[in-house]
Amino acid sequence: MSAVPSTHPLPERRRVGDRFGDLFLHGLTGAAAAAALVLLGAITWKVFELAWPAITKYGFAFVTRQGWDTIHNKFGALDLIWGTAFTSFSALLLATPLSIAIGLYLSELAPRGARTVIASLVELLAAIPSVVLGLWGILVLGPFVGKDLEPWLHRHLGFIPLFGGSPQNAGMLVAILVLTIMIVPITSSICRELFLGVPTELEQGALALGATRWEMVRGVILPYTRTGVSAAILLGLGRAVGEAIAVSLVLGAGHGIHWSLFVTGDTLASKLAEEYQGSVSRLQTASLVYLAAILLVISLLVNLTAQFIARRFSYERAGGS
Amino acid sequence: MAVDAARYSLKLGPRTKRRKLVNLLMQALATIAALAAVAVLALVVVSVAQRGASALSWGFFTKTAATFGQGGGGVANALVGSIVIVGLATVMAVPVGILIALYVAEFAPPRVADLTRLVLDVLNGLPSIIIGIFVYGLLVIGSGQAAWKGSFALAIIMLPLIARATQEVLALVPSSLREGALALGASRWRTVLGVVLPTSLGGIVTGTVLAVARAAGETAPLLFTTSIAANAVTWDPRQPLLSIPFDIFALSESPDPADHARAWALGFVLITFVLVTSLTARLLLARHRKKLEG
Repeated sequence: MSAVPSTHPLPERRRVGDRFGDLFLHGLTGAAAAAALVLLGAITWKVFELAWPAITKYGFAFVTRQGWDTIHNKFGALDLIWGTAFTSFSALLLATPLSIAIGLYLSELAPRGARTVIASLVELLAAIPSVVLGLWGILVLGPFVGKDLEPWLHRHLGFIPLFGGSPQNAGMLVAILVLTIMIVPITSSICRELFLGVPTELEQGALALGATRWEMVRGVILPYTRTGVSAAILLGLGRAVGEAIAVSLVLGAGHGIHWSLFVTGDTLASKLAEEYQGSVSRLQTASLVYLAAILLVISLLVNLTAQFIARRFSYERAGGS
Repeated sequence: MAVDAARYSLKLGPRTKRRKLVNLLMQALATIAALAAVAVLALVVVSVAQRGASALSWGFFTKTAATFGQGGGGVANALVGSIVIVGLATVMAVPVGILIALYVAEFAPPRVADLTRLVLDVLNGLPSIIIGIFVYGLLVIGSGQAAWKGSFALAIIMLPLIARATQEVLALVPSSLREGALALGASRWRTVLGVVLPTSLGGIVTGTVLAVARAAGETAPLLFTTSIAANAVTWDPRQPLLSIPFDIFALSESPDPADHARAWALGFVLITFVLVTSLTARLLLARHRKKLEG
């Protein structure tokens, strides 16, 4: 019997090809990942470049000035920052308890068979395009709010400034409701996953000690997931702040700072969507992009904070210190 | 020895009753919240369907809008425009998205992978109108609008969605498959392209379909990049084309009720497309995950 060689060295060409293939694929995928980073940088840079004429002219005072006068070229962002903050935070105020409640229902209460069905229906709500939601908001929800909901609120709670003023089909309240509908599916599905991730022995320990389900939720689930839930809420805030199309349809147009739910107004994003095409002067365009720059900074801050919290949360839960 | 009967009674005390009542109340509130969310979905879908379905006809899909003042007409140009814009965006976003996911899942050191995921999540969180302005500044100023520029903006929105979905499916591929291929003497790149990628193909396709559903409904990025379009059907991506979401936006701001009817019909078409595709994709994705997880 002739000796069988113990190893078959690969042919030289194949080895070189493999080395080259490995390096090439590594390099190509790495370049794609680098391109994503470059893209993020380029977006930030381009927005600030387009806004530069307004930034040099108005400086930081732009942020604290009210009014948007296209005839005399006097622009300020404060009204719009107010509109953004008022609609987003009010929507968050409605959406947070709702999302936690839905997350709890889907993770603890729903019957096993219905669980996935209801969860995917809630997630489908997030798939409705914002322009369709805006159309529905202005033609269906708006008239209901203007003719039924707002007069009712005004009659019973009109002594609070929030419910003062005359009811209208468009305005803050409609925008807040539409934004709530957009945020809830996002935050509630994150909440559901967080709640499902709570270790079963902790939950059953609480139940074994005689806690009711709600006491178990309050004593175990909510404290355990607190950081994660706050990250989910911040992600919802990021979505609400940046929504342009639906909000510009249902918010009408207006200016000033009012503590009323019934007035029309504008947000940073909706102003951009409405005026950018009809912009008459270079300064007006630059001022509009200045708004976009403010929006970009807010959205980057909110998102980075949310990601930071979420990552720390999963790191802690993974057994880190 | 007197036994305190009340102390050892098995009857529920007032405190326990209150605790049970609070528990019941909270359960009811959670159930109502979930039902309300489902009800809102039903409400939106039904009211769009009611107002939109009646306007649908063969002519609606094959004709362009009637000239001003006559009302009615079809939306063929918006349909074709949306197909062209979203199709091109998919072609742009899919290869880059898959490459990024491969880098994160197969090649990157942990810290770099974390950073890449962070970049993708931040990109995903950017308001879509900012992306519209970016593309406007980058491509439209000086040379005018075009459908492919709108596609570029939509591709930026799809990129993080596709990359994240793909990366999550790649992470599910059992390492025994990779190790098996490597042990047989296959090189790294052959393992990735010949074993890992085909195994996760189903997940990649559904992730892409979800991204398409999202992009098809985006209006803000198209506002500045492809909105001033001729009222004629054309497949040429070098011209600005009308799209379904932008058409809805424009029609809903019109005072003419006939325009509202067309907006509802378009909304019905869009919502049907988006809901059907994302529902199918979700079902397929769930099945694919189950298969990979064993």
